[in-house]
Amino acid sequence: MLDELLKKYEIVIGLEVHAQLNTKEKLMSAARNDFGKGPNTSVSTICTGMPGALPVLNQKAVEMAIECGLALGCHVQKKSIFSRKHYFYPDLPKGYQISQYDLPYAQGGAVEFYFNNEKRKINLQRIHMEEDAGKNLHLDAQGISLVDLNRSSVPLLEIVSEPEIRSPQEAAAYLKALRLVLRYLDICEGNLEEGNFRCDANVSLRLHGAEKFGTRVELKNINSFRNLERAIEYEALRQFQAIEDNQSIVQETRLWDANKNQSISMRSKEEAADYRYMPEPDLYPLVLTEKLLSDAESRLPELPIQKMQRFIKTYSRSAYEAEVLCASKELATYFETVAKGLNDFDLASNFIMTNVLAKISNLEKEMKSFYPDSGALTELLHEIQSGNLSLGMAKEVFETMFAEKKKAKEIIESKGLSQINDEKIIKDCVLEAMKEFPKQLSDFRSGKDKLFGFFMGQCQKSLKGKANPSLLKKILEENLK
Amino acid sequence: MGRLAKIQKALSEKKISLKEFYQDFIPQIKNRNSKTNAYIEIFEDELDAQKNRSDEYRGNLDGLPIGIKDIISIRNRNLTAASKILTGYRAVRSATVVERLAHVGASFCGRLNCDEFAMGSSNENSAYGPVRNPFHLEHTAGGSSGGSAAAVAAEMCLGSLGTDTGGSIRLPAAFCGITGLKPTYGRVSRSGVIAFASSLDQVGPMADDSLDCAILLQAIAGRDSRDATSLNIPTEDYVAATQKRILKGLKIGLPKEYFNMKGLDPEIEKQTQESIENLKKAGAEIREISLPHTPYGIAAYYLIATAEAASNLARYDGIRYGKRAEEFDSLKDLMIKTRSEGFGAEVKRRIMLGSFSLSAGYYDAYYAKAQFVRSKIQREFLEAFKSVDLIFSPASPSLAFKIGERTNDPLSMYLMDIFTVSVNLAGLPAIAFPIGLSQSGLPIGAQFIGRPFSESQLLSAVASYEEGFPSKRGALQC
Repeated sequence: MLDELLKKYEIVIGLEVHAQLNTKEKLMSAARNDFGKGPNTSVSTICTGMPGALPVLNQKAVEMAIECGLALGCHVQKKSIFSRKHYFYPDLPKGYQISQYDLPYAQGGAVEFYFNNEKRKINLQRIHMEEDAGKNLHLDAQGISLVDLNRSSVPLLEIVSEPEIRSPQEAAAYLKALRLVLRYLDICEGNLEEGNFRCDANVSLRLHGAEKFGTRVELKNINSFRNLERAIEYEALRQFQAIEDNQSIVQETRLWDANKNQSISMRSKEEAADYRYMPEPDLYPLVLTEKLLSDAESRLPELPIQKMQRFIKTYSRSAYEAEVLCASKELATYFETVAKGLNDFDLASNFIMTNVLAKISNLEKEMKSFYPDSGALTELLHEIQSGNLSLGMAKEVFETMFAEKKKAKEIIESKGLSQINDEKIIKDCVLEAMKEFPKQLSDFRSGKDKLFGFFMGQCQKSLKGKANPSLLKKILEENLK
Repeated sequence: MGRLAKIQKALSEKKISLKEFYQDFIPQIKNRNSKTNAYIEIFEDELDAQKNRSDEYRGNLDGLPIGIKDIISIRNRNLTAASKILTGYRAVRSATVVERLAHVGASFCGRLNCDEFAMGSSNENSAYGPVRNPFHLEHTAGGSSGGSAAAVAAEMCLGSLGTDTGGSIRLPAAFCGITGLKPTYGRVSRSGVIAFASSLDQVGPMADDSLDCAILLQAIAGRDSRDATSLNIPTEDYVAATQKRILKGLKIGLPKEYFNMKGLDPEIEKQTQESIENLKKAGAEIREISLPHTPYGIAAYYLIATAEAASNLARYDGIRYGKRAEEFDSLKDLMIKTRSEGFGAEVKRRIMLGSFSLSAGYYDAYYAKAQFVRSKIQREFLEAFKSVDLIFSPASPSLAFKIGERTNDPLSMYLMDIFTVSVNLAGLPAIAFPIGLSQSGLPIGAQFIGRPFSESQLLSAVASYEEGFPSKRGALQC
C-alpha cells in the first residue's frame, strides 16, 4: 500500500527533538542534573516550585546551547527571551514551564548527513532552551499517583526541523545525524530509550507537485529509531486510507503505542491548551556577548559531516565507510591513529570495520576503554605488513588480544605464531610433499591445475599453517613444474 | 531619631539592657496585637529567648525585634501570605533579606499580617482578618503591608519589612504615619519572597523615620546570586546619607497630573501644599513637571500585575504543600477545589483578570499594550529627572478609611494606588513619610520619588525634612 501512496503523494515530515543537556546542574537551579539516587533526591526549592524560589539560569547550559547552535549553522541571537508556558499538571511544579517562545536563541541552521550514500541537508526552523518537567508515576494497583521532580528543570534544547524530510528512513537518518552532532559536542547522551533524547514527528501527505501542505498530525511517545520509522509509516498510511475513503484529516496529537504498533488519538487541535505565554519576569532577556559566541566557536570540535568528508578525501573511503568510521568521535580517532601508523588506509579501515566493530555493541560506552587500543592494533597490523602474520593469523591474534588484553607480540611468541619466511624450510617441505604424493604430482604435471591447491594445503599442514602464503606459492610454482 | 536608632544607642551606652527592653516589649506587643491584629503570629519562643539572653548586646541589630511581612520566608516558620491556601506550609529556607538581617543580629518577633498574596490596599483581604489602624481602630491600616505599618506605628517592633508592588509599603506607611521605602527594582533581593508580580515586587524597610529605614536598608540591599533580577550596583552608606542636609537648592518636581486629580482628599491637599511651602522655605527649588501618561498608569499596572500574579499563583495547586481540598474525584477536581477553597475573592478576581489578558487572542490588546504604556511611563520619568532631582507628591489620595467602607467597590480601591503604581511600573525608588495629621488625628503622608538607585538621596531628603518640619504624631488607640 505504501507504493500506492507514494505514486500519488509525498510524505512530509518535520521533527521536533528534545535533547537533555548533560550539565552538572539543572537549567534554573543548582540541584544536580542526575537522578540515580531515587525519587525527589535531586531537587531544590526552585525545581519543586516552593513559594518565593526564583530561577537562576545555568551559564554552562547556555554555553552548551550556543555550541549546538553554532555547530548546526544556526543564526545565534544576541538577544533572546525566556517565556512562561502555562498549564496545570502535577509534574509541573510552578504551573508553568520556563521556555523560549517568540524570541528563541537560535534560528535557521541545518542538519547535514549521508543518506543512501548521498549528502542530504535538512534545514532547521529554530532551537530554543527550556526546562524539562518532572514525572508522574501511577501505581494503578494502589490507586495512587506519585510525583518525582528529579527531572524538573533539567535543561532541554528543543530542535525543530523544517518539514523537509520525505521518508520514514530519512527521518531516522536525520535523527541519528543530529544525535551524532550532539554527541560530538558532548552535550547530550542521545539515548532515545532512556528519554534524554526525545522526538515528536509532524506528518502530513501532499500530492506530488502540489504546493500546499496537507493537515499535519503530531506523533508523540516515540522511543527508538525503529519506532520512529514505524510510527511515521503507520501515520502516512492511516492518512492515505482516510483520504482515499473521502474522510478529512483532523489536526491532532497522536500517541504511538510500540507494543500494538499503532497510534491512538491524544487530543485534537480544539482541545489543545492555551498556554498563555508571557515573558518570564524573573529573568532578564538573555544577552549573548561576542566573547561567549567566539569562545563557543573555538570550542567546537570537527563535526561529523566535516570528518566524514575528510575521511572520504584523505583516506579514500566511500561515503558508507566514512559514515561507519565517524559513528563516534572515539572510533574516528581510533581509525585515524591506526591508519596513520600503518600508512595503509584500506588495511586499517577493513580490519576495524570487520573485526573491531564486531566486538562493540555500544560505541559511546565501550570505545573509550576498548582493547586492543589504537596502539596495540597498529602493532598487530604491522605484523601483517611485515609479512610476519597472515590476515587469518592476525585475526586469531586479535581475538586473543581482545580476550586476554595482551600485546600482539606476546601472543605471537607464546603461541609460536610467527610466519615462516625462510625459503629453505619451505623448499624442504615442498620437496618432501612431492616425494610423498607422486601420483598427484604427475597428475598436476599432466594438466590438473587444481592440484596446486592440494600441495599448498599439504605444505601448510605440515608447517602448521605458518608458511608465508605468497612465498610458499612462489616456491611451489618453481618446483612443481 | 526613631526608636530603632534610639534603642541601639541606649544599648551601646549600656543605659538599658536587652532584658529590660524585652520586659516591657513583650506585654506591649501582645496587648496591642489583640487590638490591631498586626501580627498573624508572634514568635513567643523567640521573644522569650531574647529576654533570657545571658550575653550582651553586640551592636547593630543584635537582639532587636524586627517584624516580617508574612510573605517573606523565615526558615522553619509558617508562611501563609495571609492565604488559606498555604495553611500548614513551613518555609524550607529563609529569604535572602531575612538571612541578611539575621547576619547583623536581628531577632524576628513575628509574621506580620497583610493582604492575601499582597493584593489589596487596605489589608482587608487577609484570611486572618483586617489590620486595624493603631490611631483609629475602626479604620484600616492600609495595604498590603498593613501589619508592617501598624506594628511600627504601635511600637510592636523596632522596624519591619514590607513589600511594594504598586504602593504596598508606601500606602500603609502613609495611613499609619511612619516612613516606608520602596527601593529601586533590583536593589533588594526577592529570593524567598512570595511573588505577586515579579517585575514590580520589591522588599523595603518600614520604620519610624529615615534613619531607622536606612539602618534596615543597609542590611538588606545588594546583589544576590539567588535573584537574577537583583542588580550588581554597589550599595551606599545609607545611614550616613541621613546626616546630609540637601534641601537647599534641590530641584523638586511636582507632576501637574498628580495635583489636578479629582478625588484628592482636601485635608491631604492642604497638608501637601503646606509641605511644599516648607520645602521652599528650606531652599528647595519647586518646579511643575508633566507626566502625561499618569492616567494610564493604573490600567497598565492592573493588567501587568494581574497577569504576573495569575502566573505566579499557578503553583498553589494542592499537590506539594499547603492546603488540599478534602474531597475530589479527579486530578482536575482536586486542583479546582483546592484553589476555589484556598484563595480569597480578590485573589481569584486577579487570577481571572490576569489569565484573561494572557489568553490567546487577547495578549496583544491587553498585556502587550500595557507593557507599551509601561515603557512610556518609564521614559517619561527619566525625561523628568533631567530637569529635577526628586519628585514630590501625596502618598495616597485619601486618609485611612473605615474598615468595610470600600470592600464592595474594588475599582475605587484600585484607585488608591494612583500616586504609587507608576513608580513600580518605572522601577524607581520612592519613600513615603509623615507630613502631618488630619483633624481626626489620622496621619497624612507624602512621597519623594527618585532616579534609579537614588535611595541615599531620598533618605537625605526625608531626613532634612524631618529635622526642619517634624510631623506631629497622633495618639495611639491601642
